[in-house]
Amino acid sequence: MIRRCILLLAICAPAATPVRAEYGDVVINGYSEKAGVRPVIFPHWFHRIRFQCRVCHQELGIQMRAGSNEIDMAKISDGRFCGACHNGEVAWSAENCDLCHSARAGLKTGVRGGHKTLGPGEY
Amino acid sequence: MARLQRRFVFVALLCAACSVRGAGPWQDLADDGLHDPAGPGIGVLQQPGEALSVLPQDGAGNHVHWVKALRDGFITPRHALADEPPPAIDTTEIIMRDTSTLPFVRFPHRAHTEWLDCTICHDRLFERKVGTTPINMGAILQGKYCGVCHGAVAFPLTECNRCHSVRDVPVAKAAAPP
Ligand code: HEC
Ligand code: HEC
Ligand code: HEC
Ligand code: HEC
Ligand code: HEC
Ligand code: HEC
Repeated sequence: MIRRCILLLAICAPAATPVRAEYGDVVINGYSEKAGVRPVIFPHWFHRIRFQCRVCHQELGIQMRAGSNEIDMAKISDGRFCGACHNGEVAWSAENCDLCHSARAGLKTGVRGGHKTLGPGEY
Repeated sequence: MARLQRRFVFVALLCAACSVRGAGPWQDLADDGLHDPAGPGIGVLQQPGEALSVLPQDGAGNHVHWVKALRDGFITPRHALADEPPPAIDTTEIIMRDTSTLPFVRFPHRAHTEWLDCTICHDRLFERKVGTTPINMGAILQGKYCGVCHGAVAFPLTECNRCHSVRDVPVAKAAAPP
């Protein structure tokens, strides 16, 4: 019986996946931590279910390089970048600080992902 | 015997628990190495596995076959915030033959223009004329050309044969695999 239990456990053990971020998550930490709030996580997987790339990267003019857009709260309040949608109309408003500012301290700006690629140029 | 049985049930439950946590390849937000498990948002945000496990599966990246998910209507992402007519879909395919011993690369405009506008690629990343852009694998791996998106958001570069998919033997008849 005990042997059977051990066997069962051994089969189950590999089910525990290694620690990794969801592919395409972007950490944005140009200003946040310096200003005393958690860095921002932008999840591509969540947004691309709802919007094609062209909405953000063409219509809203967001450049395809993490950190290059120099987003800050003033621009968001002006209705730019995240603020084009997180305005209480298309999506919940920018008052929900903790949903965007959700990252661990110390993370650097950049795109993350699993499956061996850590983003362009990082393997 | 009853005790043994109980122990067996316990182990079975334990296994069920760990296989639910590890169900599919998606990591819980609280231990993805990115989210602060102590942050107040963590209980509110959606778990990737909850949303992604119901979409057509793939072996890498988000483990979602996004091309199928879109075409088969599993998802209907908006093409614009403003009230705009649906965008033009280009269906030309381009075969790139400078691939050394690997199969040729098939670039499908359709799968791309279903998500992206022409101007995101033309002429910032690629010329509008076949064979004029000096694309090569080294540059792609450094995040240029196709590597701007593949390896960051679109399926990752570990999936060689989704790009190198045209199996006509590209070079001399050196021991070509069947
Ligand atoms: C829709 C997402 C979102 C929400 C909601 C949000 N922020 Fe931000 N915030 C950002 C992004 C993106 C940045 C830029 C991050 C960076 O570069 O570090 C930022 C930057 C900041 C910064 C540093 C730069 C600056 O503008 O001073 C502070 C401070 C900040 N946010 C506070 C807040 C507070 C307080 C709230 C809630 C009232 C809030 N944020 C809600 C996305 C958001
Ligand atoms: C809801 C808006 C939104 C949608 C939809 C979206 N993106 Fe993004 N994307 C962003 C934001 C925000 C960033 C980070 C910009 C920054 O940090 O300045 C980004 C960054 C990127 C980057 C840069 C990553 C790097 O290497 O630094 C790439 C590539 C990218 N997106 C591709 C895509 C593709 C492909 C799609 C469609 C499948 C897509 N995005 C859909 C908002 C979006
Ligand atoms: C094109 C519109 C659009 C833009 C631009 C956009 N978002 Fe969102 N976002 C949404 C929508 C819609 C939701 C879902 C809202 C809901 O469920 O009510 C959402 C939800 C989220 C969520 C919650 C995901 C979850 O698990 O529930 C986060 C975090 C988020 N956005 C961050 C950002 C950040 C950071 C930016 C800017 C860098 C941004 N978004 C820009 C439309 C957008
Ligand atoms: C996103 C699409 C894509 C993926 C994924 C991809 N390649 Fe390529 N590869 C290309 C393109 C495009 C070229 C250039 C073809 C041309 O110019 O005719 C290329 C060229 C090459 C070449 C020719 C020599 C060179 O340096 O250009 C080799 C070898 C190669 N790839 C190997 C690989 C291997 C191995 C993998 C998987 C680890 C891979 N590729 C994944 C698109 C891709
Ligand atoms: C994801 C990037 C991407 C998008 C989006 C894209 N293209 Fe292309 N296009 C390419 C690549 C790569 C080539 C080949 C360039 C080369 O071989 O140097 C190409 C080549 C072309 C060519 C030359 C074909 C030929 O036979 O000479 C035309 C015309 C073209 N694209 C038109 C369009 C139009 C119109 C759209 C929008 C409906 C569009 N493209 C969207 C990547 C893209
Ligand atoms: C601007 C972003 C972008 C660039 C640049 C780009 N792709 Fe893609 N590609 C995508 C997206 C988004 C998809 C949809 C699938 C996904 O997200 O995994 C896709 C899908 C594909 C597919 C899958 C088609 C299918 O039917 O399954 C192939 C093959 C492909 N790309 C090859 C290439 C090659 C080769 C290049 C370079 C010449 C390239 N892509 C450049 C964004 C891009």
